[in-house]
Amino acid sequence: MDLSSYLLVGAVLFVAGVVCMATKRNGIGVLMGVELVLNGANINFVAFANYTKLGLDGQVISLFVIVMAAAEAAVALAIALSFYNNHLTIDVDQANQLQG
Amino acid sequence: MTGHQFLFWVFAAVTCGGAIAVVLTQNVVRMAFWLIVSLGASAGLFFLLNADFVGTAQLLVYVGGTLVLLVFGVMLTASGPFSKMQTRPGELFLAGIVAFLLLGLLGSSVCSVDWDRVVASTNAGQPITTHHALNQGYNRPEEGNTGHPLGMAFLGMRPDRDLAPGTKTLSTGYLLPFEIASVHLLVVLIGAAYLARAKRRIHPNES
Repeated sequence: MDLSSYLLVGAVLFVAGVVCMATKRNGIGVLMGVELVLNGANINFVAFANYTKLGLDGQVISLFVIVMAAAEAAVALAIALSFYNNHLTIDVDQANQLQG
Repeated sequence: MTGHQFLFWVFAAVTCGGAIAVVLTQNVVRMAFWLIVSLGASAGLFFLLNADFVGTAQLLVYVGGTLVLLVFGVMLTASGPFSKMQTRPGELFLAGIVAFLLLGLLGSSVCSVDWDRVVASTNAGQPITTHHALNQGYNRPEEGNTGHPLGMAFLGMRPDRDLAPGTKTLSTGYLLPFEIASVHLLVVLIGAAYLARAKRRIHPNES
């Protein structure tokens, strides 16, 4: 397989994640969209690591992305739990207290 | 069709199908299930790309850790039986149009680049020294291809670059970003435990 087919898979994951972030009203659904976007970027990094001179650096960066995604999921879920404790819902349309 | 191509099409179809199912499903638990399917199949893609350690980390950290965390979040924030959080059909239609436009943009830009020429121009004058060719004498086959080089890179040494014949470089590794990532994880976990601590729930009709 060549490089561009892997890049197309990454593009599909990216677009699915962006649409998921934009359309879901559940806060955890938005989080899942972020995970999809990060995973699409990871596929691109590993594909470039295999097919170009990027080499091992691409795999190292994709490992950093995986670690950052885990950290981001932990913090975002804590924020979602805190929001649920205060508002009894996780609908992101209800989170408008900071609206001017 | 070789076995590599067949496995690529299977894993790519499952990855993309799972991602699209995540978007189209409205139930949060089913979304989590389709996300597990998609991320597991993309770990298969990583194995096909000779990145065995990254694929294993994807399975362990994403599928084993992050998604269990997400499912716990779904359980702890269950909304009432009468609250509906559906996307309106008009919004879904608009999102579909935007998705097709964005996918067309990304796909056409991927397909319009002659990647063979780009790869050849970045490797001008020197042969591609991938870690696979270098590792042949160093690793036993059951240890995998990338475990030792990734560990050395995280410790700040790059034998995959500096040991190639004819190179007289001393490349830097990733020791400082590795330490920053570990401290970052510690800070994040303390912050998450502080944010999600048990509080008395404030009912909106009491106040």
